[in-house]
Amino acid sequence: MPASVFAPWNDPSEKPLIRFRNVTKRFGDFTAIDDLSLDIFEREFFALLGPSGCGKTTMMRMLAGFESPSDGSIELAGQDIVSVPPNKRAVNMMFQSYALFPHLTIWDNIAFGLRRDKRPKLDIADRVEEMLKLTRLEKFARRKPHQISGGQRQRVALARSLAKAPKLLLLDEPLGALDKKLRQDTQFELMDIQEKTGTTFVIVTHDQEEAMTVASRVAVMDEGRLIQVATPDAIYEAPNSVYVADFIGDVNIIAGIASSTGPGRYKIAWREDQAPFVAMSDKPFSEGAECYLAIRPEKVQISAQKPDEAANTVQGTVLDIAYLGNISTYIVELANGTQIKAQIANTRRISNRSFTWEDTVWLSWSDTAGILLDG
Amino acid sequence: MRRFALIAVPYIWLLALFLVPFLIVFKISLSDIALARPPYMPQFSWADGVWDFLSQLDLENFTFLASDDLYWKAYLSSLKIALTSTVITLFVAYPIAYGMARAPQEWRPTLMMLVILPFWTSFLIRVYSWMGILSNEGFLNQFLLGIGAISEPLTILNTNSAVYIGIVYTYLPFMILPIYAALDRLDASLIEAAEDLGCSRLQAFWLVTIPLSKNGIIAGSFLVFIPALGEFVIPSLLGGSGTLMIGKVLWEEFFNNRDWPVASAVAVVLLLILIIPIVLFQRNQQKQSEEES
Repeated sequence: MPASVFAPWNDPSEKPLIRFRNVTKRFGDFTAIDDLSLDIFEREFFALLGPSGCGKTTMMRMLAGFESPSDGSIELAGQDIVSVPPNKRAVNMMFQSYALFPHLTIWDNIAFGLRRDKRPKLDIADRVEEMLKLTRLEKFARRKPHQISGGQRQRVALARSLAKAPKLLLLDEPLGALDKKLRQDTQFELMDIQEKTGTTFVIVTHDQEEAMTVASRVAVMDEGRLIQVATPDAIYEAPNSVYVADFIGDVNIIAGIASSTGPGRYKIAWREDQAPFVAMSDKPFSEGAECYLAIRPEKVQISAQKPDEAANTVQGTVLDIAYLGNISTYIVELANGTQIKAQIANTRRISNRSFTWEDTVWLSWSDTAGILLDG
Repeated sequence: MRRFALIAVPYIWLLALFLVPFLIVFKISLSDIALARPPYMPQFSWADGVWDFLSQLDLENFTFLASDDLYWKAYLSSLKIALTSTVITLFVAYPIAYGMARAPQEWRPTLMMLVILPFWTSFLIRVYSWMGILSNEGFLNQFLLGIGAISEPLTILNTNSAVYIGIVYTYLPFMILPIYAALDRLDASLIEAAEDLGCSRLQAFWLVTIPLSKNGIIAGSFLVFIPALGEFVIPSLLGGSGTLMIGKVLWEEFFNNRDWPVASAVAVVLLLILIIPIVLFQRNQQKQSEEES
């Protein structure tokens, strides 16, 4: 058994490092952040996730000090920081464009913040060397930003923002400019550095995969509000709304009417001509309530014969197959036109796959596979 | 062949309109003054031969320039006036360019237009109108007397101050535009990054904005300095008898003294002095385009 799981958000005695209290931010008539409260704890890797325009960047800019809230307060380590200008905050930011100073060498870029603190020259040199080593940039210290690659620039930006050992590091879409392979490698590097330095990271991203990979907790935002704040697995396995379920990963959403068939057990009538689905839910639904059944495609089995013991079965024909290499997604159309996605790992070679277009197949899933949502 | 023709156009242009006239002026500067038409000796004739012609040329006029202190004083005074007005222009232009670059996007074309607008009127007319503003009974003095700021009219016209005002006014757009171009390209997140790393507004300006607009400052300074050094119209219209500028001396040698050889020597020396900043300017432009690629 591990000594302790890192979950300060479950410990009521833990003091949060950052505390948003009823923060509202308006730009003219537009409300970017709407009465939002949020606690972020020390050593967390916290992700703000949402589509563009959801207010996640505004949140970050308020933490950095470039915007101040129209209402509410923001606390850092117990102190209200709303009136503190950006240059006086123990917060550093890694910009989306990296914002490296083009007229300075990599070395001077990293030393820039340290020099503003009027530290002794030798201390600065030591710290810069340490940062260069941490980000494996020793060889490039004397180059200018335009003489290195995109991935290296990203590491310089990270080194520069970490150099002052901030209490909080903000990362604005830090990996957006990198190609996919490099992005994945860098994600692990970021986690590694976060663990090594023990700095609290807040990352803004619209890439749900990135948020799920790096973050200890994810906040899903929409239109200036937090929809759900939870660990990546909870967000994925137990989304609290159709919006979150749909935003994170692939999902089949089936609308229906709930009726109880036992404690925590519900029947979902979704089509008059089809048998109702069965699902377990901790959340109570009243008799006849409108509900949505969300099922992840990888939790749907696909078979040629009708399976005997499955709780939910439906028949349909294969409409489309999306081959992704390691997995395939089958889009199956039911008799009434509803489409359901099922995902299967490609354990066999593609020429031997069991189903192809126009095949009649059975889809099945257990009563705990889906999650029942009310909107 | 077509490529050659394309490259040839600017070269022929330079050859016909710069190099040939320069060689003619250079030849006159090596000649002697004469009461003739044209007023210098020797004239080339096929009968005497090239050698005979060349042997009559000498550097007498240049030694004369060095011996009479009027000329080197005029050169020094021109350098001083050009340098001072370049610095003043820079200090006036920078805030304007900065304001333009920070203005809302929809305002910028209008502001740019306002900077360029004076070019629609003749330069000569604009300098003349400054006489009306700066003279003892001019608009400026009447205004200042009217509001009671002064009791005696200020003497501005026909002094060096009027020359500075004229040069700064005339060449301001040449300073504003390159600086604006540099500031416009400046990524606003760089300033935010500087503040985020602990700079005050002023430090961020000094450590990021100024270095990154350096190329614009250099380009603008040369664009003002080079024409200001040989300026003739502004000192002769706005300056007084005490204003000593080489352009004026040159004009007087040509038209008052009708001493073409000495005037040509003055022009050649002026050109040699100007070559230094022109070469520096070219190097700056080249460096800039290399950095951008």
